[in-house]
Amino acid sequence: MKTTLLAALLLALPVAAQQLSGDKVKVGVLTDMNGVYSALAGPGSVKAAEMAAAAFMKKHPEYAGKVEVTGVDHQNKPDVATNKALEMIEREGVDAIFDTPNSGCALAVAGVVKTRNALFIDVGAGTTDLTNDQCNVHTYHYAYDNYMLANGTGTAVTKRGGKTWFIIYPKYKFGQNLDAQMRKAVETSGGKMVAPSEATPFPNTDFSSYLLKAQSLKPQVFGTMQAGNDLVNVVKQYNEFALKKGGIGLAIGLLFDTDVDALGQDAFSGAVVTLPWFWNLDAQSKAWSADFEKAFGKKPSWVHGGVYSAVTTYLEAVARAKTDNADKVRAALDGYQFSDFFARNASIRPQDHRVILDVLQVEVKPKSQAKEERDYFTVIGKTPAAQAFTPLSESTCQMGK
Amino acid sequence: MGRLLVIQIFNGLVNGAFYALLSLGLAVIFGMLRIVNFAHGAMYMLGAFTAYSLGERFGLGFWPSLFIAPVLLGLFGVLIERTMLRRLYNLAPAYNLLLTFGLTLVIQDGVRLFYGISGAPYSGPPQLAGVTNLGFVVFPTYRLFVIAVSLAVCGLTFYLIDRTRLGAVVRACTENPTVTRSFGVDVSLWVTAVFGFGTALAGLAGVLAAPIYSVDPLMGSELIITTFAVVVIGGMGSILGSIVTGFLVGVLVAIGSALYPPIANTLVFILMAGVLLVRPTGLFGLPEGGR
Repeated sequence: MKTTLLAALLLALPVAAQQLSGDKVKVGVLTDMNGVYSALAGPGSVKAAEMAAAAFMKKHPEYAGKVEVTGVDHQNKPDVATNKALEMIEREGVDAIFDTPNSGCALAVAGVVKTRNALFIDVGAGTTDLTNDQCNVHTYHYAYDNYMLANGTGTAVTKRGGKTWFIIYPKYKFGQNLDAQMRKAVETSGGKMVAPSEATPFPNTDFSSYLLKAQSLKPQVFGTMQAGNDLVNVVKQYNEFALKKGGIGLAIGLLFDTDVDALGQDAFSGAVVTLPWFWNLDAQSKAWSADFEKAFGKKPSWVHGGVYSAVTTYLEAVARAKTDNADKVRAALDGYQFSDFFARNASIRPQDHRVILDVLQVEVKPKSQAKEERDYFTVIGKTPAAQAFTPLSESTCQMGK
Repeated sequence: MGRLLVIQIFNGLVNGAFYALLSLGLAVIFGMLRIVNFAHGAMYMLGAFTAYSLGERFGLGFWPSLFIAPVLLGLFGVLIERTMLRRLYNLAPAYNLLLTFGLTLVIQDGVRLFYGISGAPYSGPPQLAGVTNLGFVVFPTYRLFVIAVSLAVCGLTFYLIDRTRLGAVVRACTENPTVTRSFGVDVSLWVTAVFGFGTALAGLAGVLAAPIYSVDPLMGSELIITTFAVVVIGGMGSILGSIVTGFLVGVLVAIGSALYPPIANTLVFILMAGVLLVRPTGLFGLPEGGR
C-alpha cells in the first residue's frame, strides 16, 4: 500500500514541477484597440501574442492548454490603463502585460506592476523613462525607444553626408526627448544645426511655416520628430513645398509601417529612419510574416513582430523558471541572451531592464523599386545592440540601488 | 520680419479658406434650421474619403471628384435631413445636438471600420503640382488654387443669398417661415435644400483638403472646434460674418503663431472670448430681437 502511494506520488511529480498561479500562464495584451495606434498595435498585437502562445505550447507539450491570452483596450488614457492593468492582474490573474503603445499609458502600467506579482514588457511605447527615472524590477522595455531612434538616424544620416540640419518636434515629452537625442547624435557625428530646433503645437495639421523656414535655411537634412497623423501631415507638405527637389533630405524620428500605408511610399521615398525590424527583412522574417498574414489577414507592423518575440521570450523564461511567479521569471529573464527572427543578438540588461538588440537604419524605397505590396524599406546600416541603446553609464535607473 | 509676415498671411489665407468654407456651411444651416450641426466635421472628413474612394474604385482623379464628391455629400445631407433631423424640429435644440453629435461618432467609426485608422493616401491634381514663385516666396501652386476656389465659392454663395430672388426666398424662410408658407412657398423643401447645400460645402472643403492634410477618420474632429469658434466670432448664422471671419481668423492665427508659436492653438479661442465680451452676438451678428 505504502509503495503504491509512493509510486503515485512519484508519478505526480513531473506535473507538480511547474508552479503556475491558477494552473495557467496568463498573458495580457494591454493596447489601443480603436484609437490612433490600433492599426500598428491593437488587435494585431493580440493575434501576435496568441500565435506566440500557440507556438510555445506546441514546443513545450507540458504547457499544452495552460497559456491563455487576453486583449484589453486602454483607450490611450493613462487612468484607464492603470485601472485595466489592476483589473487584469488582480481579478483575471494575468501574469504579464505586453505591448502598451502610448508612453503615458506605458508609464502608468509600469507604476502598477511595480508592487504586484506581475511583469510588464512594453513594446509599443517610445519613452526612455521606462528604463530610466521610472524603471522598476517588474518592467522591461522591448524593441525600441526614443534614444535608439534618434541616435541611430542622427548618426547614420550625418555619416552619409547630411551635415547641416534643421529639426522640428511636437511640443510634448516624446518630441522634446527625441529632439534632444537627435541633436546630440548629429553633433557627435560631426554635423551641425543651422538653426535651433522648432517646437510645433500638438496635434497640428498645418506645418507650412516650418517648411518655408526650412526652404530658406536650406539645410541638407530636415528632421521631423512628429509621429502618427502629424508626421503624415509634415511629409505630405514636405512634398508639396518641393523641399526634396531643393536638395533638402528628410530624416524621420519615428516611423511605423502604417504611416507609409497612409501616405503611399513615394511620399516617403528617400527618407531615413531607424527600425528594430520590418516584415520582409530576411527569409526568416518573411516566413513568420506569412504565418501572421494567414492568421490576421494583414501584414504585420514591426510592433506586431515585437509583441510575438516579447511574448515568446517571456514564456521561455517561464519554462526555465518552471513558475509564473514574477520575481522568479524575472531572475530567468535578467541577463538572458537570445536571437530570433525579430531580435538579433539580443540580451536583457539586468541593470535597467532594457532589452537591447541590433537595430537597422533604413531608407524608404520608391514604389518603382518595390517588389511586392508593402515592400517599403532598404537597409542602409546596422547599429550593433551594444551601441544602439542608452549606455548604462548614462542610465538614471535606480532599480538595483 | 516683413517678409515672414507676408508669408504667414498667405499661409493664413489657406487655413482661412477652409475655415470660411466650413463656417459658411454651418452658418447657412444654422440660419435656416436653427441647428448647430455637430456632424459638419464628419461631412468634411467624408468629403475627403469620398474623393479617395472615387479614385480608388472608379479611377476618377481630382477634377471629377471636386464636383462629384460635394454632390454626393449634398445628397447625403438631404437624406439625413429628411429621415432624421426633420423629426426633431418640434423638440428642444438639445435633441439636435445629440443627434448630430451621435451621427459624427457613427460616421467616424464607420469610416474607421472601412478604411482603417491610419488613413488613406491622396494626391492633388498633377496640373497644380509644384510651386509658384510669388517673388517674395515660393508657394505650392495647389494652395493658391485652394484660396481661389474658396473665395469664389464663398463669394458666389453670398451673392446668391443676398442679391438674388432665390436668396430672397431662402431668407424669407429663415426669418418668418409661417408668413412665407402663406405665400405658397414650400418651406420644408427649402429647409432640406439648404441643409444639403451646407453639407455639400463641407464635402467640397474635404476634397480640397485631401491633397494637403492627412486623410484620416479624425481629420474633421479637430477642425470643427476651430470652425465653431469662427462661427461664434462672426455671429451665429451670419453669411458674410462667417466668410470674413474665416479668412480673418486664419490670417490672425498664422501671424500670431509666427510671433509667438505656443499661442497658435489657443489664439482663436482668445479671439472668441474677446469678441463675445465686447459683442455677444459676434462681429456680424444682429441682436436676436432685431432679426
